[in-house]
Amino acid sequence: MNPDAATEAFYAALLDDDPEELYDRAPCGYLTTTAEGTIVKANATFLGLSGYEREQLVGQRTFADLLNVGGRIYHETHYAPMLRMQGTVREVAFELVRADGNRLPVLVNAVMETGSDGAPELVRVAVFDATHRREYERELLRAKRSAERSEARAQELARTLQSTLIPPTPPRLPGLDVSASYRPAGDGEEVGGDFYDVFQIGPGDWVVALGDVCGKGVRAAVLTALVRHTLRALTVQERAAGAVLATLNRVLLDEGSDRFSTVVLVRLRLDGHQWVATISSAGHPLPLHAGPGGPVREVGRTGSLVGVLTDVQVHDTELRLAPGDVLAMYTDGVTEGRCGHEFFGERRLHDAVLRHHDAAHPAEDIVADVLDFQQGTARDDIAVVVVRVPPADPSDPPVPPTTERTEPLS
Amino acid sequence: MSAAERHNVTESGRPDGRPMVFAHGFGCDQNMWRFVAPAFEDRFRVIRFDHAGAGGSAPDAYDPDRHSSLGGYAEDVVELCRELGVTDGVFVGHSVSAMIGVLADLSAPELFARLVLVGPSARYLDDDGYVGGFSETDIHELLESLDSNYLGWSSAMAPAIMGNPDRPELGQELTESFCRTDPEIASRFARVTFLSDNRADLARVRTPALVLQCSRDAIAPPEVGRYVADTLPDAELVLLQATGHCPNLSAPAETIAAMAPFVDAVAVGR
Repeated sequence: MNPDAATEAFYAALLDDDPEELYDRAPCGYLTTTAEGTIVKANATFLGLSGYEREQLVGQRTFADLLNVGGRIYHETHYAPMLRMQGTVREVAFELVRADGNRLPVLVNAVMETGSDGAPELVRVAVFDATHRREYERELLRAKRSAERSEARAQELARTLQSTLIPPTPPRLPGLDVSASYRPAGDGEEVGGDFYDVFQIGPGDWVVALGDVCGKGVRAAVLTALVRHTLRALTVQERAAGAVLATLNRVLLDEGSDRFSTVVLVRLRLDGHQWVATISSAGHPLPLHAGPGGPVREVGRTGSLVGVLTDVQVHDTELRLAPGDVLAMYTDGVTEGRCGHEFFGERRLHDAVLRHHDAAHPAEDIVADVLDFQQGTARDDIAVVVVRVPPADPSDPPVPPTTERTEPLS
Repeated sequence: MSAAERHNVTESGRPDGRPMVFAHGFGCDQNMWRFVAPAFEDRFRVIRFDHAGAGGSAPDAYDPDRHSSLGGYAEDVVELCRELGVTDGVFVGHSVSAMIGVLADLSAPELFARLVLVGPSARYLDDDGYVGGFSETDIHELLESLDSNYLGWSSAMAPAIMGNPDRPELGQELTESFCRTDPEIASRFARVTFLSDNRADLARVRTPALVLQCSRDAIAPPEVGRYVADTLPDAELVLLQATGHCPNLSAPAETIAAMAPFVDAVAVGR
């Protein structure tokens, strides 16, 4: 058929289509009701959908009468008010109760016709069979609920795991001011690899451990918990940091994980009236030391990280702390905190350490600064532990000033 | 944030008039009173508001714990009315707000001198000899109906609908969003509404009440309205010609005419 013939055939069919047929056999149910809802006209398609005879509907029933009870409530509380206020409703889902008592899911569009005085006169309702669509929607709803439940469980799991990476209560160390702060990346739904710990290994003998296992998620968190607990167990038996980190390295290699970890260990020992810190870093950013008026400087030497090579090399640096000194340990989530293309960086961190030197909770204040810099959302986990020697009491015996000594360990 | 801001209060009418507080029912918002409230503006201080979780109420106004019973909604009304300096006012409550008004009146009798209860029900579920009109299955069906009609709800709409955006360009969207609320809140409110039972509260009410009952109401059938009027110590019942559950929308003139003599008795000489 050439295009002209097709057009002609189309117009011929259109002319032949009886308006009555067009109404009665429309591919959707079609109702006209009074403003109150009483059915005054129904097409054959609707009679087919509902299973009613015309005379059972016209003048006998309202549209709402054909709905299940839940639908009737929705009709009264939502559909009718919307129709009255807006003159139209679209895509309202109902269940039609057929003459035989079976339910038919339908989608309904309706318009309200008003008289010249604006008063509602009649309502035209188009009714579409939505059986398969409703099935699909139910599937979607079920899937959505199931996804929401899974998400809630995952969040709970992340929170539980996260809580194993830091001590359950804020650490306390007699004779020193300790503050610690931990902030998981993003909204805290994904568990990260930063950790810290503070524990006692003897009288006046303490260890602060802080580190970062590469990666995120459950596997990283499990390894992080292993690192934290291994450090605790090893440090009790073995005082030399080099030996502790070498054993940790072997544990990680034996674990078969391809993840590595950086760790900084700070042993704090009371020597008479003076605190002596022994600092060992396995590939971790070095702790910052600052006296009351500054300057802020890194202490120690960075050794090799753990979990990669069979041999690790770390160095112990001994630092005799003076009253008012602070020692700040942190993870790279601090310095790598970003605002646009700019990093929080070491300069800002040094400034923050000095600024919060005498604060009640310097670690929390530093983390707050990093979060502010990132507009409240951390890109990476952040862990900070700050240890401060209380300022000198005039009645105390004189304490020698801060001194530092580094010796390599294998 | 003040209670008035939280509940998107609109005031109109005579500032020196007796306060007349209009409360909307389950489903929509204060726009339900659009055709009725103006008729009282010449002699009353007309106050309309949105319940927590409805219309233009503030997003944080809704608290799942506080609003787990009608008592929480009643506390909101009391708090709001006290903030607005309402005493000896008229409370007009549609649908579930009729019982919210009853509870507010019981806990703060100084607020209202008259209660107008439009389509009230003290209990929606049938119960041993009491006809409420609904069974548990019906309520379950309603919740399903709500679910299937909120598929189109997108969280992107929430900011435009909630939080009373005082921006005229959103006016159109707000009209279209009439009767659309957060599906979670709508579902909770439906439960609280249809599972409530305030029959025991009615007998304690001392404030004179007017019960407006529609002739055909699928939600509060005539016997339910009659029960409310009979159980309240001082109530009169007016049967409206209007059908449906929302005479305030479908028959505003008849609703206004039925209310006027009752409330006008206290309109002047305050």
